[in-house]
Order: sequence, then C-alpha cells, then structure tokens
Amino acid sequence: MFRPMRDLAPAVALNFTFDGKALKGRAGDTVAAALLANGIVACRETPVSGAPRAPYCLMGICFDCLVVIDGIGNRQGCLVPLAEGMAVETQHGRRHVEEV
Amino acid sequence: MTPLTDIGQLAEHYDLVVVGAGPAGLSAAARAAELGLIVLLVDENPTPGGQIYRAITTTPVKDRAVLGEDYWRGSSIVGRFERAKAAYAPGCTVWSLGPDEGEPGTFEIGLSLGGKARMIAASQAILTTGAQERPFPIPGWTLPGVMTAGAAQIALKGAGIVPVGRTVIAGCGPLLYLLASQLAAAGAEIVAVLDTTPKRNWTKALAAFPDFLRSPYLAKGLQLMAQTRRRLHFVSNVTGLAAAGEGRLASVTVERKGAAETIVCDTLLLHQGVIPGVNLTNAAGCEHFFDNEQHCWVPKLDRWFASSVPGIAIAGDGAGIGGAESAALRGEIAAFDAARRLGRLTKPERDRKAAPVRAELERRLRGRRFLDLLYKPAPQFLAPKDETIVCRCEEVTAGQIRDAARRLGVTGPNQMKAFLRCGMGPCQGRLCGPTVVELIAEVRGRTPAEIGYYRLRPPVKPVTLAELAALPQTEASVEAVVR
Repeated sequence: MFRPMRDLAPAVALNFTFDGKALKGRAGDTVAAALLANGIVACRETPVSGAPRAPYCLMGICFDCLVVIDGIGNRQGCLVPLAEGMAVETQHGRRHVEEV
Repeated sequence: MTPLTDIGQLAEHYDLVVVGAGPAGLSAAARAAELGLIVLLVDENPTPGGQIYRAITTTPVKDRAVLGEDYWRGSSIVGRFERAKAAYAPGCTVWSLGPDEGEPGTFEIGLSLGGKARMIAASQAILTTGAQERPFPIPGWTLPGVMTAGAAQIALKGAGIVPVGRTVIAGCGPLLYLLASQLAAAGAEIVAVLDTTPKRNWTKALAAFPDFLRSPYLAKGLQLMAQTRRRLHFVSNVTGLAAAGEGRLASVTVERKGAAETIVCDTLLLHQGVIPGVNLTNAAGCEHFFDNEQHCWVPKLDRWFASSVPGIAIAGDGAGIGGAESAALRGEIAAFDAARRLGRLTKPERDRKAAPVRAELERRLRGRRFLDLLYKPAPQFLAPKDETIVCRCEEVTAGQIRDAARRLGVTGPNQMKAFLRCGMGPCQGRLCGPTVVELIAEVRGRTPAEIGYYRLRPPVKPVTLAELAALPQTEASVEAVVR
C-alpha cells in the first residue's frame, strides 16, 4: 500500500516478523509505518464483527493500528518504534479467557 | 535538554510539566526553563515536533522541497528546546492528571514509559496536546486503504513512504492542498482531489475577507491552491462520498451536481479540517464550550491560556485551531503566566515580556476566521447517512444513533454510550464524539452546544493493569480494599 519515496536518507535495516513472515524495516520507523511499507493490508480484526482494519490516523488516536508485539496485545503500532527481531502479529478480534 | 529514557529518572516533583512536544509544548518548555523553572516535557512520540513538525530531527526525506520550508522551520523550535535546561521524556504517555489530594495546590500526573507507570507531582501544567483531524465518517471509511490525509503526511515525514497506486484525496480545508502538493512532490500518483467545500460557505466567509487580505495565510494559501488546481485533477463541489471494497478499498463513489461517479483507487485520504483534541483537557476537568465558527469543542481559556482549573493552561491548537506559528507563540505566553503563578515573574514583568509575543500572535491569527468560515464542513459530512459507521471501535452506525435518539429519547452522548457503547472502545470517543453529538442535535432539533460532549475520565490512554498494580500504594488506598 505504501512504498519508499526515491532519494531517502540511508537507515539501518531491521529484521522483524509479521504473523511469522520475515520482513525488513528501517530504523526510525514505527511498527505501523513498517507494516504499511511492507504492503501489509490489515493489522487487526475488530472485536465486534471481525472486520479487517489498517492504520487510519498514525498519530495515536484511532487505535486501528492495534497489534500484538512480542506477545503483548493492544499495542498502538503507530507509537512503538520498530526494533530488531520484533515479532508483530495481527490482533484477532476479542480476547478469550485462557483455560487454566 | 536532558532526555529521560527510564521512568525512574523522573523527579518526584516539577515546577511545570508540559504535555506534548509540538511547537506549543517545545516553546512553552523552552521559555519556562529560560525563566528558571524546573521543567519536564512529556511526549508520547519517540521524537519531538508533534504532528506538524513530525520527525523533524529524524526524517529520512532529504529533498527539502518535498515537505516545504514551513516544515523545516520546526528545526529552530526544537533547537531552542534542546539548548534549554529542561527534562524531556519521549515515548512517555500521560494517562491521568488531577489534583494531588495529599498536597493541595499541586497536581498528580500518571505517566507510563517503557512499560512502567509512575505518579509524579507538578505545581503547574501546560497541556499542549494539539489537534486531531475532524472525524470524517463516510460509508466505507473503516476499510483498509482509507486513512486520514494527516496519516499519509505522517507516513511521509516519519518514514519517507508514499501510497502505492491510484490515490484519491478528499475533503476540505487548507491542509488538503498542502498534503496534495507534498504527496505529489514525493512521487505519489494522485488521480483526483475531491473538494467538499460547500459553495454557500463563500457568502459567509466573504465578511471576513478584508482581514484575510492582510493575513500571512493569504499569499501562501493562494499559491498552494493555484498549484494544486493546475497540476492535479481537481474536482470541486463534491456533495457525497462513499468508499467501497471487499476487505480493502477498491473504489470511491463521488456525488456531485446530482450525479454519481465511481473512481477506482487503491488509497483514499480523508481530511475535513482539524479540531482540538479534548480528551486530556476534558478528563482533567477543564471547562469547554462549543465554538460555532470552528464548529468544535474548545476549552474555556483566559488571555494567558489558563483553563477553568487553576494551574492548568492549554496552549497550541488544543486551545482552538490557530496553526503551527501561533501554537508556538501561545506556548510562550502560557509559560510567562506559569512563571508568574510560581512567583518567578511579577505581573508587570510578565505583561512586558509577553507583549511582543502577543502582538505577533495577533498578526498570525489574522485571517483565520475567513478559513474557519470557508472550510466549515457541510452538514452531510458532520451527520452522515444512516448506514455509515460512526463509532469505529464499537461499530455503531449513524442509523442506530438516530434511532436511539428518536425512539428512546436519548438526550446526550453520555446516555448514548450506555445504550449503544459508542465512545466506549479503545479510542475513547476521539473518532466518534463530534459525530454522535451532531446526530443527537439533528434528531432533537438542538445545537451541539445544548447537547454537550462525552464526560471523559482517566486513564485517557491505555495503561496495563500490571502497571497500575505495581504503583506504590497509599495507606488510604490499601484501607479502601482491605477489610
């Protein structure tokens, strides 16, 4: 959905995964920006109808970029800087009580 | 400036805590530090600049012409703050602000940084949490591929990325033209700019035109508008919009002069002007009023930007939309008053020092009214068609809200929450509040001012239960739950 514009300043490449798939991002990107740059269409499914959603405001107010980062859910992808080795996952609908 | 990266590095108490590192916050913090106050600037983003100067210290965009000279002006604002003796906590979220019950006259501020929460105290607070784009609910606006125009600008500034494929920009307001020209300069394929500015707004706006002629907006605005119209496919008088697609955006249908046309596109960027973000100021108990010309809720402030809560000032676009230059000046003025409240300046000193800043602010705001009146959104975009999702989080439609207002006699947005859950999702009403108010007002034949707004409560940003549980407990809080 997004691509880097031409003539960008160089940046350190970071490896991360989205739903297990190996991707590359740039140091300085937020998680949401890195997902957009990698052509990821949707990053979460809503708890109400399960509809797919993607980052909408990129400034921390819409909460449509919520993802699971390194096992922790409900993270705002647009506020979290991408880091080497991050495991990002789609946030699927509502949480279910885990069996103990 | 001393950057703080661990929440343990924060002091127990500051003279002044400034929330938000946009032009207003940076200028307020710098000025206050220059006046000798012990200052902490807190910002949830990883780098300073706010939205307008987003990523000013880190942007990978090298060609200065893409973002324009107005953007690069942010460097000097950040530079001044970096030279000031103030603490700076980036990536730090403020989730509550209220009176410190243990120590009257001070505030207790709930913060979260690096997954750890902490409460600190401040004698004064300046909230410079800025603006957000006005919600622009149209059918299909929740589809992946639809985002705000501001989001595309943030993606460009922060990460140097542009939309791939056919891109449509729709809405109204001065920022629409700016974004269109920036994205085009960055190489995006903009197939149409759809302008929803209602024709009849011109009649009202003309009354404010003489002032606009003498304003700093004029030359810049006209140039930008002319450029956009010349270089891009510009469609005016758009009266209806609907996005469509299966699981992602495929097209947008445009209504104009009673006819509809469908444009195939990959990205749709929406913009309907900006409004103050009121979540923190509302939750802190500051009074707000409905500004009819800017058509949004604005905090009640005196000429020093002091709110109805003594000790809390609100500067920048959060004080009413004025733009980046006036935001920085408002921040300075609020800082002078904070110094006066703390006894570091006498009233005459404050007045004398602030006078030139105030004069410049007046000049900067000249002509604003013309823009407010011209770009007031059309009613059908404030209160959309029944099938439109209004609350994105809880997926509540305009039809459901109208129905509850009509059949159940729901009188206000807080009652509407209880019936339909609108405003109760993670965004806490930021993306539905103005529309819910508008719909209730429409059904009941009242004004938004009469309907009121959500009563917001802390935490205004998500904080985990583990973080809260790890906070030090007072004797009173332990006694409240232990029998």
